[in-house]
Amino acid sequence: MSGLLNMGGYAAFVWPAYGVTVLGLGVAIALTLRAYARAKGRLAALEKP
Amino acid sequence: MIGALLWRDVRLATRAGGCAALALAFFAAVATLVPLGIGTDLKLLARVAAGVLWVAAVLAALLSLDRLFQADFEDGSLDLIALSPLPLETVSAVKIGAHWLTTGLPLTILSPLLGTMFGLPMTATWMLALSLLIGTPPVSALGAIGAGLTLSVRRGGLILPLLVLPLLAPAVIFGAGAVQEMLDGLPGGALFFLAAFSLAATLLSPFAAAAAVRLNLAG
Amino acid sequence: MASMFALANPKRFMDASAQVLPWLAGTASLVLVVGFFLGFVAPPDYQQGDTVKIMFLHVPAAWTAMMAYGLMALTSLFSLVWRHPLADVAAKSAAPLGAVFTVLGLVTGSLWGRPMWGTYWVWDARLTSFLLLLFLYLGYIALWNAIDDEVRAARAASILALVGAVNLPIIEFSVNWHTLHQGESIVRADGPQIATVFLWPLGLTALGYTLLFFVLWTIRIRTEILERRARSMMLGEPT
Repeated sequence: MSGLLNMGGYAAFVWPAYGVTVLGLGVAIALTLRAYARAKGRLAALEKP
Repeated sequence: MIGALLWRDVRLATRAGGCAALALAFFAAVATLVPLGIGTDLKLLARVAAGVLWVAAVLAALLSLDRLFQADFEDGSLDLIALSPLPLETVSAVKIGAHWLTTGLPLTILSPLLGTMFGLPMTATWMLALSLLIGTPPVSALGAIGAGLTLSVRRGGLILPLLVLPLLAPAVIFGAGAVQEMLDGLPGGALFFLAAFSLAATLLSPFAAAAAVRLNLAG
Repeated sequence: MASMFALANPKRFMDASAQVLPWLAGTASLVLVVGFFLGFVAPPDYQQGDTVKIMFLHVPAAWTAMMAYGLMALTSLFSLVWRHPLADVAAKSAAPLGAVFTVLGLVTGSLWGRPMWGTYWVWDARLTSFLLLLFLYLGYIALWNAIDDEVRAARAASILALVGAVNLPIIEFSVNWHTLHQGESIVRADGPQIATVFLWPLGLTALGYTLLFFVLWTIRIRTEILERRARSMMLGEPT
């Protein structure tokens, strides 16, 4: 387990790489879904008289 | 007709307050700031001269690009030109030519002086001038595409460099590379690639520029 | 080809994508989870040690960033030639995603390069051309935002995307030439050949990224269609 955490001495590079990837993809997914939900909401509000 | 248009654009650019003199002054001013920034060691300056002067020349040429179609667009003469029997592709090519004659060519003529001030040996200085002579037409040509695309954008001059600079990477790489090859005495074909890029970009750009202008005129 | 044109109808696209989207999203998450897991437990490379794990993040991001530009250029061509609004929407929606994947490719590449090269940034061919690709994406997005008129913005952006697509191979070539010419000995980060233990996680993460891109792309296209519908309703009903 400590071997995984340590990443064979490359922890300072491997973990940030995972972190940046998760953060970047997460933000992209979150923003995309939020914009989608908003557009749906706006259209629903317009269609309801 | 083509000659008249060319002559008109060249006259507009070279009259008092025109962009040709401004581009030259900008080029010289940037080239003056660099030794003040990185020191006056002539050996070091000779190493960076090709890259610095190439980048400065590209920026100087970009400076006046946003006016390439803009002035004619605003006073309505672009509509008249578009109605004339001359295809917009030809008009774009003529405007690119006029822009090059009033920026690329003067920059090329000034460059040996600046190259010498940067401590470039004679052969490399001439190579710098030659590479600028061959390599500045695509700056005007690809820049014309950017000028056409940003025609209806308020303050289009701000985003034009972002659109055009990445496209100009090959010109800077091969242009400065040709000078570096001359300095190192290792010919590697940079000038050949520069000429190929220049030819392709200059021949194809008028079509894209005309398409860009057309979408701004319609409707 | 015929089915592609049938899909080009926004209404039909909405129906079809609503059917496909859950499956696509499910497959994408499954492939990504398995790929990331296999990559995470992959043994250290005999040369690169555990940094090889970054490969499973860097290579798929870089691949997806390039694929996104290709798709953006392709849909731009459709938009210019057939003047189809759905193609405009598709091209516009691909750009921010492509930019995100480009940034991910750059950052992970830099983190991979630090132990290999000794610095975070080397002007090697791949990193440099990806930086230029990022500027192409940013220019495209900036042009879309700068032009108010939707139809004009779409056409201008399409021309820019196509000019960029024609220029990209030349940029790539010149950057390659440049780095070869510098004569610096750069360790090729991808190595000469890849061991089979690495092939599976690499293939799966690449597939997962690709699927994820298509999921997000589809949702963004749907979002834009809904927004345009809402906008035209607001204009059509002057209450």
